Amino acid sequence: MSDLLKVTDLSVAYAGRSGSRTVTHGVSFAVAPGEVVALVGESGSGKTTTAQAVIDLLPAGGRVVGGRIELAGEDVTHASARRWRELRGRRVGLIPQDPGASLDPTKRIGDSVAEAFRIHRAAPRRVLGARVEELLDRVGIDDPARRARQYPHELSGGMKQRVLIAAAIALGPGLLIADEPTSALDVTVQRRILDLLEDLRRENGTGILLVTHDLALAADHADRVLVLREGRVQEHGPSAQVLRAPESDYTRRLLADAPTLATPVHRAARTAPDGEQPAVRVRGLSVEFGGHGLGARLRKEQPFRAVDDVSFEIPRGTTHALVGESGSGKTTTARVIAAFQSAASGSVEVLGEDVLTLDSARRRELRRRVQLVYQNPYASLDPRQTILDAVTEPLANFGLEGSAAGRRAHAVQALERVALPAELHHRRPRELSGGQRQRVAIARAIVLHPELLILDEATSALDVTVQAGILRLLDDLQRERGLTYLVISHDLAVVRQIADTVTVLRRGRAVEQSGTAALFADPHEEYTRDLIASIPGKVPS
Amino acid sequence: MTLELERNVPDPADETPDGLRSPIDVDPEGRTSLAATAERAPAPWRRVLPWLSVGLAFAVVALVVAWALAPGLFTAQDPYTGVPADKLAPPSAAHWFGTDPTGRDLFTRVVYGARYSLLGGTVAVGVGLVAGTALGVIAGSIGGFLDELLMRVVDVLLSIPGLLLSLSVIILLGFGTTNAAIAVGVTSVAAFARLSRSEVVRVRRTEYVEAAFGSGGRWWSVLLRHVLPNSLTAVLALAALQFGTAVLAISTLGFLGYGAPPPTPEWGLLISEGRSHLATSWWLTTLPGLVVVVVVLSANRISGWISERREGAR
Repeated sequence: MSDLLKVTDLSVAYAGRSGSRTVTHGVSFAVAPGEVVALVGESGSGKTTTAQAVIDLLPAGGRVVGGRIELAGEDVTHASARRWRELRGRRVGLIPQDPGASLDPTKRIGDSVAEAFRIHRAAPRRVLGARVEELLDRVGIDDPARRARQYPHELSGGMKQRVLIAAAIALGPGLLIADEPTSALDVTVQRRILDLLEDLRRENGTGILLVTHDLALAADHADRVLVLREGRVQEHGPSAQVLRAPESDYTRRLLADAPTLATPVHRAARTAPDGEQPAVRVRGLSVEFGGHGLGARLRKEQPFRAVDDVSFEIPRGTTHALVGESGSGKTTTARVIAAFQSAASGSVEVLGEDVLTLDSARRRELRRRVQLVYQNPYASLDPRQTILDAVTEPLANFGLEGSAAGRRAHAVQALERVALPAELHHRRPRELSGGQRQRVAIARAIVLHPELLILDEATSALDVTVQAGILRLLDDLQRERGLTYLVISHDLAVVRQIADTVTVLRRGRAVEQSGTAALFADPHEEYTRDLIASIPGKVPS
Repeated sequence: MTLELERNVPDPADETPDGLRSPIDVDPEGRTSLAATAERAPAPWRRVLPWLSVGLAFAVVALVVAWALAPGLFTAQDPYTGVPADKLAPPSAAHWFGTDPTGRDLFTRVVYGARYSLLGGTVAVGVGLVAGTALGVIAGSIGGFLDELLMRVVDVLLSIPGLLLSLSVIILLGFGTTNAAIAVGVTSVAAFARLSRSEVVRVRRTEYVEAAFGSGGRWWSVLLRHVLPNSLTAVLALAALQFGTAVLAISTLGFLGYGAPPPTPEWGLLISEGRSHLATSWWLTTLPGLVVVVVVLSANRISGWISERREGAR
């Protein structure tokens, strides 16, 4: 028995109001020491459920209804809660998904890491401090003595994830379960965290069960890949083989829909005819937060510069992308263009109007021509409105299309344009899937026939196959209606597929600007190179 | 009301990167085909019990409302004139709650008294709901200096003990059932104002409100169409809770003699009148008291149920 973890025919069911339903069906795999096994699938595929079952942390109502789970040869399928408490931390560690929400905000970093020792009484109190610093140093945190005394809010997302890894490896478990360990992090940070896991594997022989929705990332970092769909294993094999010669149709579809640097670009770059006025012209834009008001002045607070002297132009009918990591000022820039945010200096001209000096009536008039689609379709639709009402509302706001019946007919057309069939029109947002909700948000935006559409991470909350559908829809709409797009994204692989020109932002400054093809072929800045190198899914050799 | 009951049954769907549940882009119904094996349902009483208590709470409230609307249907006796020969009779088949010192049937008096207590509770909640919510919505939606000002007024209101405040108001207005109800209502203005303000502020920051402005909504229309409907469910839950509290507070004022004058069969007054016979005739205080307790608990349960539905709808 050399496997750290052996799962045989695992089935997990959830009890619901209408009886119970089985969400994984006969899933089998094993993790050997020093091996990384990736569970890959879209939402609803049962990958997280499987990982939770392995560490006996299924949510209420979930339970294992069939199969076996063995940890280092011990059958733990029906182990007691007490036995599990002994196992967790010592034999198997968990790295949670969202580092922002997984550290107790009222506890110092050092105490959070030391908790594993305390719970298991694994180290005498006087050496705790030293052990914690050692661990923090091990996961690559600089100045561990100081960091140990800090609180989670003083650390960046990547650092928090390192702290969580330190806590997970504190007692030297042979197996780590990493549930989407990097999906809440920026791409460059993601790469460093994955490199750290790679080090742990190599140096300590830790086995890692990596749960991810990103097949390319799994292929880069895992030895073996398990592709799940609706709780069933679609494919299981060495990652190079799965990537190069996928056996199941589903894996092929996942590979085709997830854009990587190896994906060919089908879109012909659009350029506007010379002499035409650009749709958007941003000159020397700066945006500041804080530092205003009496209190801030008394405390001599310096305002925070979120956007610093950014300039770019978007020719009509083309797509411009603002890329950068979180905190780079890309969303703030977009909000200025959509007239939701005031600026400290600079000029912003949208469709011939100077946005920064508009009064509220003119601003409202401009919104008919400029629409914004938000990242999170769960938050940007009123939970009480039916989707037809949501799409009719903009028309009613501007009193367009004559009567209420006319507006309704128009809204139905828009919903049909985004491929939402009539039987869904009277549902409320929570009765729809993520992809359908984002289609509603797009219908709501295009029903006014705007000239400029701002897409703020419009596909990053969606599964890859859903994302591919939305991207195709956006491309069709642009061709039909000559729309101008401003795309905000952290995902360069997507940007490469859809944008004509790109501005790379870093800490509020534009570090590089060029045509998309040129940027990817020959990035000038170190930062851009770093961003591009962080995209998972290298060309398979 | 658009809140269908969607309790948070654990959804087996995995979490997407930012912690959101998004099923595969197929019709949600398509996924129910996964449900295949019918396993044993865990402890059915656990799921039935909450519903039973909600049903019971609504039944109690419905009964008391019926008492208030048509007391003649529930008792054939007169609440004001008694039979002196039957005075201070313990509960029996003829007199369910027994009789008082003048031989009046206590159950009849409780049934007729429902009108005063319910009306009082409704007026009290109405005053608090309308005035408090108006203040809270104005503070939350306009913000700035006005918000600060109104909230400091609310702070002052909150700092005065409730009973003291209602006694002060009642001394200004004069005694009587309606005035007692208004006095009780004034004490709940602060709670309603605080809650509605916080809800309005929360909803105002949501993306769908910004999106509504983005699609050309005017301030008023966005407030009416998106902010108010989404913030007032919590206020409704508080109203149900306050109804119970108000019935209790009105009874307290009645007990202290600030409410309706005798011989009105107001519940608090009934308890107060029974006090002098506590040693010999327990039913005079206990049974009307139990009725008050059951009504208040029912209102609380309904309030809790409204809150749960709100959570489920989110």
